Amino acid sequence: MEGRRLASASAIVALPRSERAGTALSLGFVTTYLSVIVALPIAALVWAARADGLSQFWFWVSQPEAVAALKLTLAVAALVALTNAVFGTLLAWVLVRDDFRGKPLVNAVIDLPFALPTIVAGLLVLALYGPDSPVHVHAAFTRTAIYLALLFVTLPFVVRTVQPVLYELDTDMEEAARSLGAREVVVFVRIVLPSILPGILSGVAMAFARAVGEIGAITLISGDRPFHTEVASVWILNASQSGNGTGAAAVAVLLLAIAFAVLLGVGGLRFFATRHERA
Amino acid sequence: MNKGKKKLGLAAALLTALGLAASAAAGTSLSLVAYSTPKPVLAKIIAAFQKTPQGAGVSFTQSYGPSTNQARAVAAGQPADVLFLSTGDDIDLDVDAGLVDPNWDHQSYDGIAANTVVVFAVRDGNPKHIKGWADLIKPGVQVVTPNPFSSGSAKWNILAAYGAQRRLGKTDKQATQYVKTLFDHVVSQDTSGSNATNTFLSGKGDVLITYESEALNARLQGKNIQYVIPRQTMLIQLPVAVTKSSPNKDTANAFIRYLKSVPAQELFAQYGFRPVNPQVANEPAVKKEFPARPGIFAIDDKYIGGWRNADKVWFDPKHGRMVEIEQADGGPSSG
Repeated sequence: MEGRRLASASAIVALPRSERAGTALSLGFVTTYLSVIVALPIAALVWAARADGLSQFWFWVSQPEAVAALKLTLAVAALVALTNAVFGTLLAWVLVRDDFRGKPLVNAVIDLPFALPTIVAGLLVLALYGPDSPVHVHAAFTRTAIYLALLFVTLPFVVRTVQPVLYELDTDMEEAARSLGAREVVVFVRIVLPSILPGILSGVAMAFARAVGEIGAITLISGDRPFHTEVASVWILNASQSGNGTGAAAVAVLLLAIAFAVLLGVGGLRFFATRHERA
Repeated sequence: MNKGKKKLGLAAALLTALGLAASAAAGTSLSLVAYSTPKPVLAKIIAAFQKTPQGAGVSFTQSYGPSTNQARAVAAGQPADVLFLSTGDDIDLDVDAGLVDPNWDHQSYDGIAANTVVVFAVRDGNPKHIKGWADLIKPGVQVVTPNPFSSGSAKWNILAAYGAQRRLGKTDKQATQYVKTLFDHVVSQDTSGSNATNTFLSGKGDVLITYESEALNARLQGKNIQYVIPRQTMLIQLPVAVTKSSPNKDTANAFIRYLKSVPAQELFAQYGFRPVNPQVANEPAVKKEFPARPGIFAIDDKYIGGWRNADKVWFDPKHGRMVEIEQADGGPSSG
């Protein structure tokens, strides 16, 4: 976000007056659109969370079951994001740099988790890792099951943010490094990684955010046991179902605040990683 | 002379009423908001109702979903003429929203259209020998029941567990302790009754606490499900009510009367619900399908004290007993 603002600022300097007006117009449009679509509902949520006073807000966000659910959600989401950082990059690498039969098919498969209603993803994971598991992996109704389900639904993010960068990446530098005797690891870490890191970070941020908010894929396979396998989204659902709108809104606001902080943090890292491009 | 005039007046009034009823019926559309399980039977009943004189020309808009969700949607403005939900608690939610008459339970059969009971679904051949509530807390027995804070059906299950213990002579404290112990055996607390059924059918757990109607409904769908009716169990009463704001009250009331009539009650029985109309309930075939239990009790049982009380004591999100029980279950000592 920070980077984009900087980019548009330098664009304004470079543009003639008439086009600057156009930029202001589009900026106004973007701001209005974001306000209506995102900021307004979030403001309403915050409003609902503080409806019964600040002490009620604190009561619900410190309620032991809610705290346990929040901790579990953030820990699993972080783990999922990290796993995606490694394996998503690997997948993107193979899809760009290697040639093999059936590559278009594999490429298409990557996006399937997006097309599937996540409750179906839950059913799939349940069938695969449940008590009648055909592969004899009995992970259902444990925290591992939550992790596996989230890996499934977040798979496309890192792959799809890294892939285009890798396509664009010129291999000349890598070859030059190799011809100078650099080992493959060094080539990857010193030359490839700096270029794809912003892409990885974007993908990781999206995967994390998605994992924090997911419910459909989780609820069927986790067993939703309070203090054990109940994630924050399920706690919020239970609260709102039992007429506890304030509690639901309070925990949702805290979850959003944490997610926002993490996204800002990743954005900061991304800004740092792209400092050379701006220089 | 005077008498004759009165008679004539009455006849005229009757005729007008009949005419009004007839004109109200023709081209009327009723919005039916119901919970999920009775969808197949309601389709049959609606078709049968449309063949009766009162139902001719009446069309239906139907909405099905989890009971509490449906009640909330109506409270939030979803149009509804007739509500058919899984707990009186959910009807009360719309009473509190000013949409249903507080005296909805003063209708025939106390505003109830059909009954069912809390049962234990078990694995093929009942390998763990589950017969009564005491068997659920034996070592190694795993129980599946939905989360009471999100699912109406789980509320019935918990009150059934508690009420059964009271009927067995336990004190309030002992019976509450039983529910606590039971929750140490709960291995999955799904967000809805249907999710819990899915979990059980996927192979998890030894016992699923569910309704007789759910189990029979699953059988109708070709699923092989066995169940045990404990001797002490809860009569689940499925309420039906007309909304105050309904523009088609006469037709809506006619439909509700039809729901309790013999043909509709027979359909209910065919689809796994216990009829409320004694004429159908006392048919030998129906009695055989739905065996009586000595220790059956309802929500207005003296130990439970009705929905309002049960909600306050058990399911209040801050001070309800279930909050404490869930917390105890989450302690480091339990698995």
